[in-house]
Amino acid sequence: MTSNIVEIDNLSFGYNGRLLHKGINMVFPKRKVVAIMGGSGSGKTTLLRLIGGQIKPTKGEVRVDGHVVHKQTRDGIYQLRRTMGMLFQHGALFTDLSVFDNVAFPMRELTDLPESMIRDLVLLKLNAVGLRGAHKFMPAELSGGMARRVALARAVALDPNIIMYDEPFAGLDPISMGVICGLIRSLNDALGATSIIVSHDVKETFLIADYVYFVANGEVTAEGTPEDLMQSTLPFVHQFVHGEKDGPVPFHYAAPDYRAQLLG
Amino acid sequence: MERTKIDLWVGIFVALGAAALLGLAMKVGNLTSNTIGETYHVSAAFENIGGLKPNAPVKSAGVVVGRVAEIGFDPKTYEAIVTIKIDKRYEFPKDTFANIYTAGLLGEQYVGLEAGGEDDVLKSGDKITQTQDAIVLEKMISQFLYSKASETEADKGAEATAPAASKEGKSTELGDAPF
Amino acid sequence: MINLIINKISRLLSGIGHRMIARIWRLGAGARLFMLAIIYSGESFKRFHLTLREIYFTGVMSLLIIIVSAFFVGMVLALQGYNTLQKYGSSEAIGVLVALALVRELGPVVTALLFAGRAGTAITAEIGLMKTTEQLSAMEMMAVNPIARVVAPRFWAGVISMPILASLFSMVGVLGGYLVAVPLIGVDEGAFWSQMQANVDVRADIINGVIKSVVFGVACTMIALFEGFDAPPTAEGVSHATTRTVVISSLTVLGLDFVLTSFMLVV
Repeated sequence: MTSNIVEIDNLSFGYNGRLLHKGINMVFPKRKVVAIMGGSGSGKTTLLRLIGGQIKPTKGEVRVDGHVVHKQTRDGIYQLRRTMGMLFQHGALFTDLSVFDNVAFPMRELTDLPESMIRDLVLLKLNAVGLRGAHKFMPAELSGGMARRVALARAVALDPNIIMYDEPFAGLDPISMGVICGLIRSLNDALGATSIIVSHDVKETFLIADYVYFVANGEVTAEGTPEDLMQSTLPFVHQFVHGEKDGPVPFHYAAPDYRAQLLG
Repeated sequence: MERTKIDLWVGIFVALGAAALLGLAMKVGNLTSNTIGETYHVSAAFENIGGLKPNAPVKSAGVVVGRVAEIGFDPKTYEAIVTIKIDKRYEFPKDTFANIYTAGLLGEQYVGLEAGGEDDVLKSGDKITQTQDAIVLEKMISQFLYSKASETEADKGAEATAPAASKEGKSTELGDAPF
Repeated sequence: MINLIINKISRLLSGIGHRMIARIWRLGAGARLFMLAIIYSGESFKRFHLTLREIYFTGVMSLLIIIVSAFFVGMVLALQGYNTLQKYGSSEAIGVLVALALVRELGPVVTALLFAGRAGTAITAEIGLMKTTEQLSAMEMMAVNPIARVVAPRFWAGVISMPILASLFSMVGVLGGYLVAVPLIGVDEGAFWSQMQANVDVRADIINGVIKSVVFGVACTMIALFEGFDAPPTAEGVSHATTRTVVISSLTVLGLDFVLTSFMLVV
């Protein structure tokens, strides 16, 4: 048994012959917060879906805790997923259930715990994200940041070994962003879990990540600790980290010569 | 809290549905009139039963006393064998007369029983010997037209009894038919 | 010129062909969802409160529209029926007309059409929205099967609700017809009921009507569920899917009604 809980090995994935990922290698060590960064549409979220076994790779494999994900039976994948928690981009709270029932959902569905114990556990999880007082609310009554925190409580409801975050900072105000940021780190350390963050928010991600992968054009273009990457001289990483307008990722989408097209 | 309220509503909903179905069966359908208690079976042969169907009512003096159980065909006599079930409470003499009548001019057909005068009563498996066939409208009309044509030189006064004449004088009640 | 025409025709044909293939594809996917719903329906009976909740949303919430419509349909039937029947001097048969029309056809069919509009669209929109907001994905990532948890309870709720609603429709319709025929027009009350009872058969009419409504329940619920599941995860996709639910359910119900009726009249 290696110390890596998730390993991505020479992974390729694509639709209709067009590859989104071309031979990606990544490792996610236990108890670390690892971030996957890249521009919009670079297939970061798809990587999470591949780890969760929702889609099958075209080539290569993803191993979770030593098991090759796409070779598992349906039950096997479900068994693996019980050790994972995932925070979706917009929370994906069940809109017809209250905050309490949302957090209780995985416990009620997947365990035989008595209702009194579920109650205590739910309040414990909600307390950890600071929303114990809001347990009676419906998701529609929550602000974006609160919904994200409830979703986080739900993601860690069953104390997972792996927690995946899909754009946890997108669309949040700075205060909520800071709160989520702190929660990701503290939950990771408290649970002894491994966190995988998919994001394009450089500042927050670098603040909490132990290790960062950069994905562009279907490949891992750079990797390293946040400190290394800040100093990186690679043009793409430099452009991304510092948010420059033009660089290896051009401002203009590929087009014929402007002059020729206008006069054409 | 919420769950019990939903339970209550679903309970009301299902009860309403059951009540509606029961209402349909009892009040709208013929479930009640179908159950005529214990019965005994009697058969009768007819030369023509017209449009009589199984489960048609059997009436005596206008009261439903039974139902048609089965309709068969006797290949030897070329007659229709109608088996009727009659409520055990009603007994009929051996020489009871079975007719096939039509409710209204174009309505459904039913079996009418007219009690005779004998002391012996019909028992299960017995056969009613005196029967009268269904009135087939087309037959009547053609007979009427035929007799009308042959009557042109005869007196007009015979018109009313003309259709009944071909019925061997058996069915006097037809004389009152509006022809 | 000829080339152009041939070109146009071949493009038209291939367009039709593509659309047909897409339809057949969807039909197959719908059938697969139906099978999966059946296979994974164990949970909806083991934890019956899940199904109960959906019966509340599909059945109980449709009560009002069903009862009000049934009442008016019954009243109109009686008025129209009387208008024609009295010309033949058989206005007592009005009860038979109202009851047979409702029990055999209008009860199951109109209920199914209203159900598609009221509950079917709600199911499609709800599931489409769950898909759009990644709730189904989230459920799957939690190792909870969305077909067992979301589809199967809604399916059984629809199948259970429909015959109940249809029976209610028929009964309330008959009462509506009674109100118009007896107190309003003055048809004899005894004749109204007795003629009805003499001519409505429990097995051939009432039970067949219930069978029809069960079949419609399966069809309408399944179409609504599939459209929701199949909707593209956008606001536009969900709104299109909702429209399609009503259109396809209505056509399916009317087509199935013809097939079922011909079976029932022959047998």
